[in-house]
Amino acid sequence: MRFTEGLTLFGHNVKALAFCLAVTTGIRKVHPFRGKGKRMETTILATMTDRAVGPTLDKTPTGISGLDQITGGGVPRGRVTLVAGSAGAGKTLLGMNFLVAGAREYGEPGVLMTFEESADKVARNVRSLGFDLDELQRKGMLAVLAFRVDPSEIVAAGDFDFEPIFAILADAIEQVGAKRVVLDTIEVIFGAFGDDTIVRSELIRLVRWLDDRGITAILTGERGNRGGESLTRHGIEEYVTDCVIVLDHRVTAEISTRRLRVVKYRGSAHGTNEYPFLISARGFTVLPITAVALDYAASEERISTGIPRLDHMLGGGMFRGSTLMVTGTTGTGKTSLGAHVVNVACARGEHALMVLLEESPDQVLRNMRSIGLDLQPWVDAGLLRIWAARPSAFGLETHLAVLAGLIEEEKPSVAVLDGIANLSDGAMAAEVTSSVARQIDLLKTRGITSVITALGQGEDASAASVSAMADTWLQLRNIEANGERNRLLFVLKSRGTAHSNQVREFVLTDHGVELVDVYIGAAGVLAGSARVTQQAAERDEELRIAEELAHRRRELHRSVIEREAHLVATQDQLDAERTEINRIDLREGHQVADTESDRSTMAARRWADASPHNGEAL
Amino acid sequence: MSEPSTTNDWTGAANDEQWDLCLYVTDTTARGQRAIDNLRRACEEHLKGRYTIEIVDVLKNPRRAAVDQILAAPTVVRRLPAPIRKLVGDLSDSDRLLIGLELKGSENPS
Repeated sequence: MRFTEGLTLFGHNVKALAFCLAVTTGIRKVHPFRGKGKRMETTILATMTDRAVGPTLDKTPTGISGLDQITGGGVPRGRVTLVAGSAGAGKTLLGMNFLVAGAREYGEPGVLMTFEESADKVARNVRSLGFDLDELQRKGMLAVLAFRVDPSEIVAAGDFDFEPIFAILADAIEQVGAKRVVLDTIEVIFGAFGDDTIVRSELIRLVRWLDDRGITAILTGERGNRGGESLTRHGIEEYVTDCVIVLDHRVTAEISTRRLRVVKYRGSAHGTNEYPFLISARGFTVLPITAVALDYAASEERISTGIPRLDHMLGGGMFRGSTLMVTGTTGTGKTSLGAHVVNVACARGEHALMVLLEESPDQVLRNMRSIGLDLQPWVDAGLLRIWAARPSAFGLETHLAVLAGLIEEEKPSVAVLDGIANLSDGAMAAEVTSSVARQIDLLKTRGITSVITALGQGEDASAASVSAMADTWLQLRNIEANGERNRLLFVLKSRGTAHSNQVREFVLTDHGVELVDVYIGAAGVLAGSARVTQQAAERDEELRIAEELAHRRRELHRSVIEREAHLVATQDQLDAERTEINRIDLREGHQVADTESDRSTMAARRWADASPHNGEAL
Repeated sequence: MSEPSTTNDWTGAANDEQWDLCLYVTDTTARGQRAIDNLRRACEEHLKGRYTIEIVDVLKNPRRAAVDQILAAPTVVRRLPAPIRKLVGDLSDSDRLLIGLELKGSENPS
């Protein structure tokens, strides 16, 4: 009910409402692989935007990774799509990939009609991409019709049409039961046949004819030199109204970049940016930077960095699948940190990948051995793949393709990209950032735990914008003091983690990296030999105090013993004296008695009558 | 358009040459029929007795058209004498027909 009211309220704005709906459903459909309610959404979309879209908006997957994402499922099913681009932009390969993927993955046979190359040449050109056209033709999944159109051989004399093209196509479509058709630069007939009026009307007829047969077709068109007003030399985009894709091949700062843009997609939301794409041994790949960005599964699992104290600082290690960025100036130990992560991953029995942009594999193996990390056994065991290339060896896109390839081959659980910022040798900062972002994307979508090292102190814009995509950002900084340089490690951020905010000294030892507490005192942070000196001084102080105490204790002990001994001696003397007193007392008593008795004896003898007390004894 | 030179090397030598032509049409159209008529008339006039015309209906035989690299109809192909020439259209433009197939210079001596 509310909805009807809405419709009435908006009145003439129904089309806009329908568009909004189309946009929202389209956005939801960006994830075609998890689309439970895809069919339903499509139906809603169809009814709401009926006028613009036609009966349905089914999509035919092109099988080109990335392109299907930005178009929300592929090109319009049963319609004609124009792919425009200059010579060598990759139009033919896009078309071939569409056909081959259709035949191989979606069970949809196809017909290729090319006006530019011989059938042999087409087959040869795409063989390097892993497309075996002969095999597909043998299986009846593909028909290749090649025409050489040589303008010098053709003279027009009177009225004509292109009925043979229709007849030949119809026959081939019937023969293989084709659902997909690619017409590779049908425009060349403009040049060959001269009569633009006839060619134009016949092209319009061809597009309708294909639409009527429910064939999903791709027409390629040469990019014209008519400036901005026309996408193709002969303006075929006027006849192809449902979907137009433009390919571009640009060379900036001597590095070539291929880009793809969906210029028009009637009745469907689509990514409107320019997306870089690659032509590699795995075919045609479009790299949407934004389409997948927030769609990762976040793991709760912690994995070790191989440096126990760093694990501790990060609250128990890195999250599996997260991205750790390490920035720092040259020689701060970024590679060593990466090597630790790789080493511990291999020790767990996981596959790891190291991409080096600064050093050769041998050099890194040697250097890591010097700090006690021997990676060679992992290489020998096939667990570790080390791949090195000068950043200037090829462009950003190729680099990305190589990375994608390596990931495909090795299926690593941990990857280290060493020295990515060096890619900027010869490219614009913005391009580097977007390239790095896509590399991070690539790694994240595959759940690969990654360590990315980059030159820089973190103040420059490119490092900062890349760091926004990293989950953890460590910075290694050299501090210079007292005639030496020492490395300090800072945890600048760590998502989803209560991380330490303390600075640690990053020490390279012969048994790997160690993190050591720094001293923070009045003079600031102390590291290196200043720290060692400080440590020594503190040790001395402790020792001195301990000795002093021991000495005092000894003295007191001695004193106690002396005093105790003294006490004993005094006691003895006391006792002796007391005994003496007693003895004297006793003796005195005896003497008196003796004297008394003597006296009385004497008196008795003398018959004395005098008192004893008055006697001569006193 | 200038007249083809009549003092060319091949003018005399070509007199007894056999001509082998092939006309690809979509038979059902009036245009196809017109092309057949126009070609026959021209050949009768210039190559009497020493030409053959094969007529291929593209709709009935699309694979033949694909192999022979025929995109437009009607198309006449001069298979002999070499070099191969292709002429597209209903051949109602007789000047173009004569020039395109280089018919004029190889007329029978009379």
